[in-house]
Formats: sequence, C-alpha cells, structure tokens
Amino acid sequence: MSIILHLVTYLALLIFIIAIVVRYLRIRNYPLNLRWEIYPIPHEGKRSIHGGSKMEESEYWTRNHKPDWIRELMFMIPEMVFIKGLFDHNRKLWYRSFPFHFGLYMTAAFACLLFVGSMLELAGVMITGPAASGLAVVLNKITGAVGTMGMVLTIIGGLGLLVMRLSDPDLKPYTNGSHVVNLLVIIATMALMFAALVTAPSHLAPMRAYLSDLVTLSLKAPIPDPLTGIAVAAASLLVAYIPLTHMSHFFVKWFTWHRIRWDDEPNVRGGRIEVMIQKALTYPVNWRANHIRGDGKKTWADVATGEIEK
Amino acid sequence: MSKQQTNFKLESISQPNRQWTHVEETDLMPLPPNTLRPDEEPPWKQLTDAEREKYEASLDDTLILDIPKPRTKEDEKELIRKFLDGVTRLFNKADNWPFLRPLVLTMEHCANCQTCSAACHIYEASSGNPAYRPTCRSEILRRIYYKYIKSDGAYFGRWRHGDIDLNWTTVARLAELSYRCNLCRRCAQACPLGADNGLVAREIRKLFSQELDIHTKELHDNGSVLQLKVGSSTGMNALVVKDNMEFIDEEMSEKTGMTIHTPWDKSGADILLIHNAGEIMAWPENPGAFSVIFEAAGVSWTLSSDALGYDSINYGLFYDDFMLARVVLKHAEAAKKLGVKKIVFGECGHAHKALTVIADRILTGDLNIPRESAMTVLRDIVMSGRLKLDPTRNDFPVTLHDPCNMTRMMGIIAPQREIIHTICPRFREMNPHGVNNYCCGGGSGFAIHSRHNFPDWRFKVAGRKKLSQILEAFSDCLDPSVRKYICAPCSNCKGQFRDMLDYYKLWENHSILYGGLVELIVNAMTDIKPGFIEWERH
Repeated sequence: MSIILHLVTYLALLIFIIAIVVRYLRIRNYPLNLRWEIYPIPHEGKRSIHGGSKMEESEYWTRNHKPDWIRELMFMIPEMVFIKGLFDHNRKLWYRSFPFHFGLYMTAAFACLLFVGSMLELAGVMITGPAASGLAVVLNKITGAVGTMGMVLTIIGGLGLLVMRLSDPDLKPYTNGSHVVNLLVIIATMALMFAALVTAPSHLAPMRAYLSDLVTLSLKAPIPDPLTGIAVAAASLLVAYIPLTHMSHFFVKWFTWHRIRWDDEPNVRGGRIEVMIQKALTYPVNWRANHIRGDGKKTWADVATGEIEK
Repeated sequence: MSKQQTNFKLESISQPNRQWTHVEETDLMPLPPNTLRPDEEPPWKQLTDAEREKYEASLDDTLILDIPKPRTKEDEKELIRKFLDGVTRLFNKADNWPFLRPLVLTMEHCANCQTCSAACHIYEASSGNPAYRPTCRSEILRRIYYKYIKSDGAYFGRWRHGDIDLNWTTVARLAELSYRCNLCRRCAQACPLGADNGLVAREIRKLFSQELDIHTKELHDNGSVLQLKVGSSTGMNALVVKDNMEFIDEEMSEKTGMTIHTPWDKSGADILLIHNAGEIMAWPENPGAFSVIFEAAGVSWTLSSDALGYDSINYGLFYDDFMLARVVLKHAEAAKKLGVKKIVFGECGHAHKALTVIADRILTGDLNIPRESAMTVLRDIVMSGRLKLDPTRNDFPVTLHDPCNMTRMMGIIAPQREIIHTICPRFREMNPHGVNNYCCGGGSGFAIHSRHNFPDWRFKVAGRKKLSQILEAFSDCLDPSVRKYICAPCSNCKGQFRDMLDYYKLWENHSILYGGLVELIVNAMTDIKPGFIEWERH
C-alpha cells in the first residue's frame, strides 16, 4: 500500500510537470499573433497611470523606450496575490474568489515549508521534541498555522464559489460539470488534508516523514496513519489534475497578459518579428469565401496582394 | 431582475421561435434625472412581418445581416456544413495565425465569471439582457467547438463544456449576435484572466465573412470592396476627391481669410496625411481645418491621390483579416511611392489602430513606414506657439469623447487633452474617460448601418451609455441658450453622434453640437476670421 501511495505521488508530480511543459510549449509555439494590446500597460512607466503609451510622443519610433519592469511588477504583485482586477471589477465574486485563491497559495506555501522541514530533518536537525531549536519550533508552528489557515480559507472560498456557481443567475447558465467538479475536488482534498492535519497524533511529523521518504526513495516506509495516507493521495491527485483543466490559468495568465494584452513589441525592419511575419505570410489559405478563394495552395501573401474580384 | 434574465438558458438559442430575446423599452437603463424628457425618447420601430418573412430575424428586436431564410433543408445543411468548416479554420494555425493564440486562450481559460458583463455598455444599457453578455456569444462558440469539432465524447463533452444543438437557427442567430457588440474591448480590459470576449465577437464575424460570405453590405460591398475597386469606400476616385478638396480649399480660404492650397502628391514631404474620406464628404470643415493648421504652421505635408492613399478607412478591422491586410498594404504603398517620412492619420480612430498597431505585424521591409497619430502632431503645433490662439474664442462648454481605438487600444490619451486644456476654458471630462471610456455606440462600423430598425437599437441600446455620459457632462448647462460642443476626434464616432443627436433632438432642444478637434483649434486661431465653428446642425 505504501509503495502504491508513493508511486501515485511521483506520478502526480510527473503529470504536473509534463502537463505544464506541454501546454506551455503549445501556447508558445502558436504563430505570432497581430498586436492586440489593451491599455493601460504598466511597463509604459509613468504614463501608464493615465493609460498612455509611447504613441503619445511624436516620432516615438526614433527613441529607445525601455520597459518599466518595476512598475510592471508593482502591477503584477497585487494582481497575483490579491486578484486586484477582480476586486476592482467584480467585488461580489472577489469575496469568494480571494479566500479560495489565497488559501491555495497558503496551502502551497505549507507544502514548501513542510518540505523545508523534512529536508532539515534529513540533515539531522530536530524540528519537534525537546532537542528542537527555537527556530525549528517556530518553523513547525508557522507551517501548521499556514497550512491550517490555507485549507480553511480554500474551503470557505470554495464553498462560496460553489454556491454562487449553482445559484447566482449571472453564473448559473454558464456553469457546467467541470466547474462544479473542479471546486468539489479542491474542497474535498482540502477537507481531507485539514482533517489529517488536526487529527494526526503527532501533527505535522507524518507529513514531513512522507516527504522525506519521497526524496530518499524509501517507497516501503510505512504510512503513519490512514487519514494522512488518504489526504496525501488526494493532494497528489489534485496536483496532477489542476494543469489538465482550465485551472492551468495560474500560469497561462502569463501569456494572456504578456504575450497579448501587454505585447506592444514593435516590428523593426530586419528584426525577429519581421522574420516571423514573413514566415506567417507563407502559410496556405483555406478560407472559401468569394473574396478569398483559398485552395490550400495560395498563401496569405498571395491573397493579400492579389486583386479582389470585382 | 426580469423573468427573461432568471429563466435564461444558452441552449435555447437553437429552439426556433419568433425571437430569442427581447429588449423591453421600459427596462432600458434610465438616463440621468432632469435631462431628457420622456417625450424626447422616440418610440422603437418594430421589424415588419415582411422583413421577418424575408430574413432570418429571430435573434432580438432588430436586424443587420439580412441572411435570407433557407428555402430547403439542403440550404440549412449547407449553412451548417460551411459554418463548421469555418470554425475548424478559426482554430487552425495556418488559417488563423493572426489571432489563434488570443482566441484559443480565451476559449480555454475564460472562467465565465461574468466580470466583463458589468464593463459592457450594451449589457448595462439593456439592463442586463442575458443575450448581450460579452460571454454569451463566446460560450455558444465554445460549446459548438467542443461538441462538434473537438468531439470530447457525447456524454463527457456535454458534461464538461455544456451542451448546445447546432441547426440553422443557432448559426443564423450567432451570426447576428456577433453584430451586437461594438468591439470596444472594455470587457477584455476588465477580465481578470486576460480573456478577450470582444475578440471572439470579431472572430465570429470573421468566420462568417471569410467562409460563408456573410457580412454587412455597408462594411463589405459598399465598404472594403468599393474602396479597393475605386480607391475609397465613399466611391470617390482620385479626380473626384481632388475636386472636392479644391472646393474645400476655396471654402476655407473664404471662411478664414487665409489662402489655403492643399498639397497633393508632393514627393519627399515629411508627412503623408490620410483622412477618412468620409470627412471630405460629410464634414468638409474637418479636412479643411487640417489644411488651415498645417499651412499656418508651415508643415511639410501632402495628400496622396493614389487609390486608397486618400482614404484611411479600413473596415476589414471590424470583420475580415484579408480585407484588412489588402487595405493596409495599399496605404503603405501610397506612402512608399511618395517617399514621405511618416504617415499621419486624420481624426479617425479605427484607421489609427488598423494602420499603426495592427499593421505593425503585417508590413515588412520598406513598406514598414513610420506612422503617427494626428493628435501628437497637432499637440506639438499647438504647444509650440506656431499658431496664435485665443481660448476665449472657444468660450463654451466642451466635453471630449475618447474613441476606443485611439485610447484603450493605442494609449493615445494625453495629447488631445493638452490641446483642449489650452484652447477650451470651459472643458469638462465625461465620467469615466480616457482609457476607461465608453464606446459611442457606433463602434465597429455600426455608425454606417441604418437599415431596417437598426438605428433604434444603435441609439437606445449601444449608444445609451454615451448619451447618458454626455447629458451628465452638460447637466449644469442643458438649457438651449447655452451652446455646447462634443469634441469627437473620430469620423465613425461623429457619425454616431450626428445620428444620435438628431434622434434625441439634442441640438434643437439642448443646443448640443458635435465636431472634431481641429475645428476647435482653428476656431481659436486669431490670425483668421472669427467664428469658424458654425453653430448649426450638420
């Protein structure tokens, strides 16, 4: 049983990584899209406060405009941590979505802290017990607090979102099975983890021990208690599940913002964008309308430069 | 919340009936108190039975596409087959490289959280009509895609993505529904995930145009095709446009006391100015004012008489990538031929976006000629002191409309304000404005669509938020004894304002006029005769 559980976790981590890499490469390898930015764009610097762009300058192409990464970061951090856009535009949903997402971040932080603790234990540092140092005790307490709060927040937010999805007239017509299942899977996993956390006799120790076993490939190490085993299995499956669903927006958002919404990179003669455009113009056209008459052989360049039938 | 909203089901789009959704006039978003009297709100004309007999008009209360009703079952099947071919191409790398990435990411990652709905002026003006949500058309396309193209399995797919039946009714209604959006992309600006349901509306229009030859005749036959055929979507060829500009020069000379001579085809000029040719026909004082300013400021500039070189319109932006690219290339070729340093656009929002931002990834090599907004050129002229300006000549309330294509999609917001703050002492902003503006309601070419009862929808629904903003901006001076000016530096927006002010009789009853930015500049010039702006309906 122990071996199976360990294998499930390894497999889940593998699926997580592969799914993200595959999706990342798929999106990255789409052809260059036309510029489709929306202002304000924070890397425009000071002028982004009023939503302005470099195109507010006369002959803007004659100057070198360096993106203001600090301002971009100042925009991104509140967006990533607090979902500021939702706070600004949809407060009703934010009250549910923020605890849900922030809870997940805290749960992820909990996993990281557990991992740090387990590595320290492997290195011979005692985290609990009379021989534990003051710092180790703090680490243990923080880990427990972050985990507990994270799971509770996720459950509260998740339940709020579920109720809203199923009852709110704005959301209900658009709610499908995957919305409901995604939320249920997360809520159930968090509930199991929470139960394991608060009921395990030695609190965090079993989870740390499990992580150490994963690192040292001790597949046969016994599972400390059944509930922890079930919780670990559920958490592993959740890790594998998330990147396979539209919840992969946790990293896809990078593309929607940086490669579309804020993508104002100009096309300079002889530059890399020009090369990509030239390639795209050789793609065959299949559209069949009378003003195009694509046949799979004519290219975009052929159609765009050809005479239109009059 | 109305019964229609609470009982709404997306799947019902495929159920044939007289009308899928209805906008009750009494449900429309209220206008600001103490502004328009109830009797100033004209009644909404209904579609006639004859119109409904002839065309597929079962979406809502109006009609724009004129899709003929099918005569046989084979017609229906053919439409569905072609539609599915088009959907396939939308998601194909070669066929849709220009927008594949944003489309796929929106399809896969929109959470349907409806945050965008609150940002949409059409949804708000209709008091929350569920069919007008930005997500509605996207979700219909998404369900069709996953059910009929991706085929995730009959049961699993339906469970995972939601269900929809594909028939003639669904396809025809979806086509119409893609024209209930101004493509202003305020929805995309509000999306916390970076999805773009405005883009999806355009992609649906594109699918119908590029695969099924379904588009409006105003945008396609009388728009892009005519432009490529004779040089301008106004129908003016080079001879006619030069003749008209000569007449405008004479008018301007007489009106200002300056001798105005608009230069044509001047090789090596610094600036090739491209007007929206609609200005020359409908608002000649606008290109005339440009000539006055450029001549008075000693700018090295020219117009082009090459086909398309004198008309910056590019309706492809609203419905078709190929028509967009064809027009872009012709504009660039005209500039290349003259060897100008840069292309400058007159007061036309969509031309700005099409040739500056969009064309940036179409034009290569020596066709990639620098392109700039007139707003910055004018700002430099005004702020440089090259013109003698007296703001007291503009001593009347002025508000500024921000064209979406120029502001939200290009970030050109400050230059026009610098000018207005300099020359208009009684300027007041709309709320919100700038990058958070609302569309005029004529966006994506709606301003040139006046068939059937579409204008009623255009003014009562699409334009209602802007109307409300205008009335609020002038709420302290609505009395007709005070003349007021909406500055709209965009031909399409001006078209909407012209028709909407007429519809609500805002000039007659409240002395609200509209016009461009250059007219305000010339009106403030002290070296010319006073009174350039003529306070009369036009």
